[in-house]
Amino acid sequence: MEQATPDPERQLQPAPLEPLGRSDAGLGVTVDEEAERAREEGSGGDTMTHNNFWLKKIEISVSEAEKRTGRNAMNMQETYTAYLIETRSVEHTDGQSVLTDSLWRRYSEFELLRNYLLVYYPHIVVPPLPEKRAEFVWHKLSADNMDPDFVERRRIGLENFLLRIASHPILCRDKIFYLFLTQEGNWKETVNETGFQLKADSRLKALNATFRVKNPDKRFTDLKHYSDELQSVISHLLRVRARVADRLYGVYKVHGNYGRVFSEWSAIEKEMGDGLQSAGHHMDVYASSIDDILEDEEHYADQLKEYLFYAEALRAVCRKHELMQYDLEIAAQDLASKKQQCEELATGTVRTFSLKGMTTKLFGQETPEQREARIKVLEEQINEGEQQLKSKNLEGREFVKNAWADIERFKEQKNRDLKEALISYAVMQISMCKKVGFGFNEDICIFRSTYKFL
Amino acid sequence: MSPWSNWETETKDLILPNGGTPAGTSSPASSSSLLNRLQLDDDIDGETRDLFVVVDDPKKHVCTMETYITYRITTKSTRVEFDLPEYSVRRRYQDFDWLRSKLEESQPTHLIPPLPEKFVVKGVVDRFSEEFVETRRKALDKFLKRITDHPVLSFNEHFNIFLTAKDLNIYKKQGIALLTRMGESVKHVTGGYKLRTRPLEFAAIGDYLDTFALKLGTIDRIAQRIIKEEIEYLVELREYGPVYSTWSALEGELAEPLEGVSACIGNCSTALEELTDDMTEDFLPVLREYILYSDSMKSVLKKRDQVQAEYEAKLEAVALRKEDRPKVPADVEKCQDRMECFNADLKADMERWQNNKRQDFRQLLMGMADKNIQYYEKCLMAWESIIPLLQEKQEAKFPVTAVLS
Repeated sequence: MEQATPDPERQLQPAPLEPLGRSDAGLGVTVDEEAERAREEGSGGDTMTHNNFWLKKIEISVSEAEKRTGRNAMNMQETYTAYLIETRSVEHTDGQSVLTDSLWRRYSEFELLRNYLLVYYPHIVVPPLPEKRAEFVWHKLSADNMDPDFVERRRIGLENFLLRIASHPILCRDKIFYLFLTQEGNWKETVNETGFQLKADSRLKALNATFRVKNPDKRFTDLKHYSDELQSVISHLLRVRARVADRLYGVYKVHGNYGRVFSEWSAIEKEMGDGLQSAGHHMDVYASSIDDILEDEEHYADQLKEYLFYAEALRAVCRKHELMQYDLEIAAQDLASKKQQCEELATGTVRTFSLKGMTTKLFGQETPEQREARIKVLEEQINEGEQQLKSKNLEGREFVKNAWADIERFKEQKNRDLKEALISYAVMQISMCKKVGFGFNEDICIFRSTYKFL
Repeated sequence: MSPWSNWETETKDLILPNGGTPAGTSSPASSSSLLNRLQLDDDIDGETRDLFVVVDDPKKHVCTMETYITYRITTKSTRVEFDLPEYSVRRRYQDFDWLRSKLEESQPTHLIPPLPEKFVVKGVVDRFSEEFVETRRKALDKFLKRITDHPVLSFNEHFNIFLTAKDLNIYKKQGIALLTRMGESVKHVTGGYKLRTRPLEFAAIGDYLDTFALKLGTIDRIAQRIIKEEIEYLVELREYGPVYSTWSALEGELAEPLEGVSACIGNCSTALEELTDDMTEDFLPVLREYILYSDSMKSVLKKRDQVQAEYEAKLEAVALRKEDRPKVPADVEKCQDRMECFNADLKADMERWQNNKRQDFRQLLMGMADKNIQYYEKCLMAWESIIPLLQEKQEAKFPVTAVLS
């Protein structure tokens, strides 16, 4: 069966010889100094080993899932699933792979990793995690998080998540990601030391806030609109698909009832007996074939789900742009009003209402010294404001450039992946038709031999 | 099968004298129709057939009192019992019903084929819909053909009148007594005698029919349930396909592939609809027909039991009358005669019935398998045809600056 998910054997891109943690020109401008340092340092040696690491080809797999019990933050017993992440390096010469790292992580740690990436790479469409809780379930499928089928599909989804990051030209070089794969203990502390949590909260708030941007980049507005529509249509598709699966299951299972009655009927017949027995048997085989068919289809649903969640990530990048643009507009507005204030003070004309103007009227004019002092303060502020505006402008343009580059990359990936998903879905349907059709053909052959006609 | 227009190839059971098979039937090249053409039919006394009957051309009649459908009955025969070589009359369901009761009355020792149900109870069925009328026509055609095939029933005078009379109502009103010898005889058999022992073979037939009818009933229920589930599945499919179209409208490079998938699912939905229609029109009616058949056959068996019981009772009565030379009275002899004729007729009919049943069910079950295979083949074709579309590389189809491609 073809899989649209990245090939587990996919290798990491070897990075050019430069120390990890130093951002490329224009990238990660919003990252503060502290975080940078944290990424450069950390356990596991100096930057040189990291370069050597990345030069080798590595394979990542989430190979096992295990049920565990432990105590949570409130000292209550809880059950959770832990996943084994294995990293192998492939020797250039003989293609053999050697296990270099293996550790256990739970879903919440994956979430932590993703939230960190969202904060530090706001211009990247960050790969999504598989769903936390089973949604779009059809009747027979379990919605229980502990259900082995759900756990298995989640294991595959988590592996896919890691492979997506590993194959992303920028994300793959992230130190925290590297540590996620290699540093079992203390990884959580390391992440938290970056101080990303604070940023995460403010980011979340900003993303949900409503504000009006005057001059957004039209491409981002259109893209946000697209991501909304995409989310809506894929949700609809998944919902209906679940209902279709339900109904199909019913059709197949009712055919199973034929099995017994044909068998009973065959008992009272002489010449027809064999033919009827065989017909009954085929009905049973037919009825039981639906379980495998629908299990395969669930894989297709997972592929769609990934892009449903990707749409959310896409939307986040668009919102980030709007946020930056809004910030910029406010700053420009602020600067403009300060300049005007300054001008008014200098020329003595009052065009705008100001508290000072009012108090002057009420309590008398201020002294020229006082006025000078105020003008000076304003000029300083204006200078500062102009610097800030300049850098904000630069930031904004950099963001747009880099975000759009990643969006283009994402678009190509999306088209490729979804095409593959559709192809494997079609292939699935074809093999199903052939399997069942052949079964029915068998039926006719048996009948023919039983009734030897001319 | 639709009514044949060409008399030369009019019967699918016909094997031509030179051993060939009729060509040019309009049926699909499926295995079950192939089977039909090669079916060996019971030759009447080893001779080739000399009576052909077809039911076709349903027409709606709207009168002040009522609206009803008539069917054209065309008869071709070389038998002396028919004055003309060919007849064409119009009959309605009532007339078929009349014929059947007359046959039951006049030929009580034989198994009379069943008619399709008079009323349709389940659901709101349109008595004048094309599907209903066609299903009924097929069943009525089958009914007459079964009589035509029967060596005794086909010579029945009521049957003759049914096929030939311009105005059947005259005969109905006159109530002409055209009872056969047996009919007359069995008519007067009194019930109320208790049967001593039922001969094994007739007991076996009775048991068989009981189980047979039971199993058919179960199959009928399952088939109805399947149709219901398939229809519900169809409803969901009809919503599923168009969502891919909606998605396609958002996309650039993926637009064609998604639209292709939508069309594909549409084709599968249509194929499924055809399958459920076939199940309803071809499969269920035959099951129901055989259930009715079993019921009427059981009544005939009961009648036979009565005839035997009467004979045995009379025989016993004679034995009790202690006479020196027990002379079997004429009426007891008549009873014995009657019983033995009944047994012989019934046995012959049962054998004929078993053969026909085998053929009918073989055709039915293989036909059902056929239809299912056709459905899967249609779906297969639909999906296979879009694979090249999905794999197509979209080379510079959309401008590089397009937002969403």
